[in-house]
Amino acid sequence: MRRILVRIINTEIIIKAVEEMCIESNHFLTPDMKEVFDQAVDKEESLLGRQVLEQLKENLIIAGEDMIPICQDTGMAVVFVKIGQDIHIEGGCLTDAINQGVRDGYMNGYLRKSVVQDPIERINTKDNSPAVIHYEIVEGDELDLVLTPKGFGSENMSRIFMLKPADGIAGVKEAILKTVLDAGPNACPPMVVGVGIGGTFEKCACLAKHALTRNLNEQSPKPYVQKLEKEMLERINQSGIGPGGLGGTVTALAVNIETYPTHIAGLPVAVNICCHVNRHAHRVL
Amino acid sequence: MGNLPGNGEIMSRELKVPFHRKKAKELTAGDYVYLTGTIYTARDAAHKRMQETLIQGKPLPFDINENVIYYMGPSPAREGRAIGSAGPTTAGRMDKYTPALLDKGLGGMIGKGKRSLAVIDAMKRNQAVYFAAVGGAGALLSKCIVSSEIIAYEDLGTEAIRKLEIVNFPVIVVIDCEGNNLYETAIKEFAR
Repeated sequence: MRRILVRIINTEIIIKAVEEMCIESNHFLTPDMKEVFDQAVDKEESLLGRQVLEQLKENLIIAGEDMIPICQDTGMAVVFVKIGQDIHIEGGCLTDAINQGVRDGYMNGYLRKSVVQDPIERINTKDNSPAVIHYEIVEGDELDLVLTPKGFGSENMSRIFMLKPADGIAGVKEAILKTVLDAGPNACPPMVVGVGIGGTFEKCACLAKHALTRNLNEQSPKPYVQKLEKEMLERINQSGIGPGGLGGTVTALAVNIETYPTHIAGLPVAVNICCHVNRHAHRVL
Repeated sequence: MGNLPGNGEIMSRELKVPFHRKKAKELTAGDYVYLTGTIYTARDAAHKRMQETLIQGKPLPFDINENVIYYMGPSPAREGRAIGSAGPTTAGRMDKYTPALLDKGLGGMIGKGKRSLAVIDAMKRNQAVYFAAVGGAGALLSKCIVSSEIIAYEDLGTEAIRKLEIVNFPVIVVIDCEGNNLYETAIKEFAR
């Protein structure tokens, strides 16, 4: 007979945590996002652009004080779950628990129900479920949850490019810039741009979404990526799109890039645009 | 909600809504305007139904003539409040349905983001105006809405048609009735 040691987590605490994250992320920006946003207000050279940013700054204050969602598009819930392989979930199915937490958060938090049950039939599910959940199994006994409610104004401006290896880094830069220029005012600039390079068709998209949840005080571990992020941020801010797309010098607040190994014949690049309300919440259970 | 933060440098004007079609000529792309009066919300699903209604030759759920549509679906209101978060949605998704509504008399639209050439042409031939509200300012904009009443398509929930009473609702004229487009001109001014 063998004895094994597992850590038991009950779905009740998962449901509660997810509910809290839904409400928190929709009313308060994370401190790193808030700091970068405040810096943007000082950097903007256009008069109208500064006016727009001041309005957005006041909006954040009102949202937090009066508990009104920062934006009416409280998004489709996207959850990144890192589940330690020494955990046992008790009380129900983990996916059901996460979806229940989303339901509770969107009902109790006065958040908008923006999900339809089928992309063609389009009948509202009335509770903002289901969420889109990305699972990763890791070592250890922690359950790490990142919830990001994704608004579709920006999501709709996101793109994937299956580049050729010969296109190289120049091709990647062109893909990022093209996506941002095509988005323009539609993605409620200033934007946060998440980029995934490598993997496969679906992997690079997932990398790009995950990149949006990075704490802005952290950097990519790869020097060439750090350089690329900095260069793309500068070039995007030279586009002239500005706050609200009404012209200005602050078009993006950050460019976050994640990479993954890929096939010898491929260079997949995904560009996931987010607006300035880059919402996410993090819990470790 | 009268003064914009940091104001004193950008000229602004007040406008009652709905406004007479001949007033459209006084509005130029780039104008900062505070709207007071009545507007109607409608977005993707409501526009699809209105298009079907027009095809069937039936009357629209409200008198569209010279009225302004706000592309918006609010979050639920807490007790004692008129409306939840209420910022603009991307207008371009309604482009397919818009020329027909403009030809039927729609006076103006509030949203955010680019419009198609077909919409701009219909705006010019009908002397209509497209305003942008600041995308993402849902909480702030909700403070400018004093009442909200569902008048059609209640089953659509957030996408129902609502009649809103607004006071000093801040918008920018993005495309005027002559087709001048701030999104195009402004980017050129700041592109390096």
